[in-house]
Amino acid sequence: MNAIRVRGLRKAYKGHQAVAGVDLDVARGEVFAVLGPNGAGKTTTVEILEGHRGRDSGEVNVLGVDPAEGNRAWRSRLGIVLQSATDAATLTVREAVRHYARYYGNPRDPEEVIELVGLAEKAKSRAGTLSGGQRRRLDVALGIIGRPELVFLDEPTTGFDPEARRQFWGLIRLLAAEGTTILLTTHYLDEAEALADRVAVLAGGRIVAEGTPQTLGGRAHADATVRWMSDRGYTEIKTSEPTKVIAELSRHGELAELTVTRPSLEDVYLELIA
Amino acid sequence: MTTVTSEAAVPGTLELGLARGAAELREFFRQKENLIFTVSLPAILMLLLGTVYVHEAAAGQMFAASMIGAGIISTSFVGLGISVVADREDGTLKRLRGTPMPFTSYFIGKIILVFVSSLFEAVLLMVVAMLRFDVELPSTAEKWFTFGWVFLLGVISCSLIGVALSSIAQSTRSASGVLNLPYIVLQFLSGVFISQAVLPESLRVAGSLFPLKWVCQGFRSVFALNDGYAVMEAAGSWELGRIALVLGAWTIAGLVLVTRTFRWTNEAS
Repeated sequence: MNAIRVRGLRKAYKGHQAVAGVDLDVARGEVFAVLGPNGAGKTTTVEILEGHRGRDSGEVNVLGVDPAEGNRAWRSRLGIVLQSATDAATLTVREAVRHYARYYGNPRDPEEVIELVGLAEKAKSRAGTLSGGQRRRLDVALGIIGRPELVFLDEPTTGFDPEARRQFWGLIRLLAAEGTTILLTTHYLDEAEALADRVAVLAGGRIVAEGTPQTLGGRAHADATVRWMSDRGYTEIKTSEPTKVIAELSRHGELAELTVTRPSLEDVYLELIA
Repeated sequence: MTTVTSEAAVPGTLELGLARGAAELREFFRQKENLIFTVSLPAILMLLLGTVYVHEAAAGQMFAASMIGAGIISTSFVGLGISVVADREDGTLKRLRGTPMPFTSYFIGKIILVFVSSLFEAVLLMVVAMLRFDVELPSTAEKWFTFGWVFLLGVISCSLIGVALSSIAQSTRSASGVLNLPYIVLQFLSGVFISQAVLPESLRVAGSLFPLKWVCQGFRSVFALNDGYAVMEAAGSWELGRIALVLGAWTIAGLVLVTRTFRWTNEAS
């Protein structure tokens, strides 16, 4: 059974259709990324799945339960990583993680979790003194302390420097390797490409494309562009058979500045949301 | 791939409420502004105003009693209301909502916080009153019993109203206005700074609709040197039964208001 199954999900705010008929399937153990520009309906969709927001219509099933009717036992199987919280500022990392562990029937060991998110050296520091990246690691620690089967990450690395992002990705991969299902929203394409097994692009409240990062939007089958410097300047040929084209061209001698490119995930994405 | 087992029995509501209370207290006492403004302010006011107004033992007793009443309402009504708004602002409530912790546990934690901080504030005030104004503590078990239930009902009813009103405020900055204004006005209408007996009828009635007057009156009955001082009350007696009735009614009204108006987040849904 899938961890998440959504059919025909719709939600409007004051006449504005935020989510306009979304279908979604996320398998157990999968890392699934929802991509989309601001205002595409990502956060609304995720909040409905978390049981924090009502819906106008559609079927939603998260870990076998309709989130609108989720009870405490269901909640204890979810982990929600917050985006911009500054709570528990005067508690130390260890105190906060230990405190949240108490909410769950079968939590992870707090010390192990602190180690896992890389905050062992900061265990005695107050949450309010942590850097932005460290604070988000604490948020992850609090999100996974209950041994969740499914973790929601809403734009987890917004505002991170490149190094902090790489470290954060490592942490997500660790969780995924343990079999945790992860639903991630992001507007960073490299993040989706680095982490996700599958990607959906949300635009205007609808899913406009879905697939692996490698095949999204027909990327794998798209024509390649062969480009080189000729007597007339840069020359390009779009072709489905780049090897053949290069073989033909190279019979006339060396091709200066030869490149073969396919549309990047970014090219595909920008086309999809345009 | 490890087998995932998060489905064990979730801990009890009361147990989690106590855990919340411990965490709340830890956070409260680590914030210096709480110690200065919430816990010490009534004692400082007692010192300042008492020096001006209190020239005899009986007046000291009455003034200390009223200040304890005003103090616990400051920690419960104002302090708790602001702390709930702060929890909404900094993400505490959003995070808790995503955990299996029941809402009741959150509220038990808040009541513990208010109860303990009010007690600290009341003890500090009594120590100041005893040292500086020779105020005497109640001497009979009966008086302490009255002190206990007035304290408890006062804290609970004002906490609930504070939380209910906190739903109006969008930020801690606006909360401080929303909560402090009625509190300050009520202090004048409820016999804290000036005796209710000297107020015009309309203002006295207005003050009598709210818990502060009854909490203060209850405490005055406990601290009065003898029961003859009841003649100074607006009704000429301590009205203990009516105190219990009014505070009980506010507790129920507060419960209804909280369950109807409580918001987890500032976002529209």
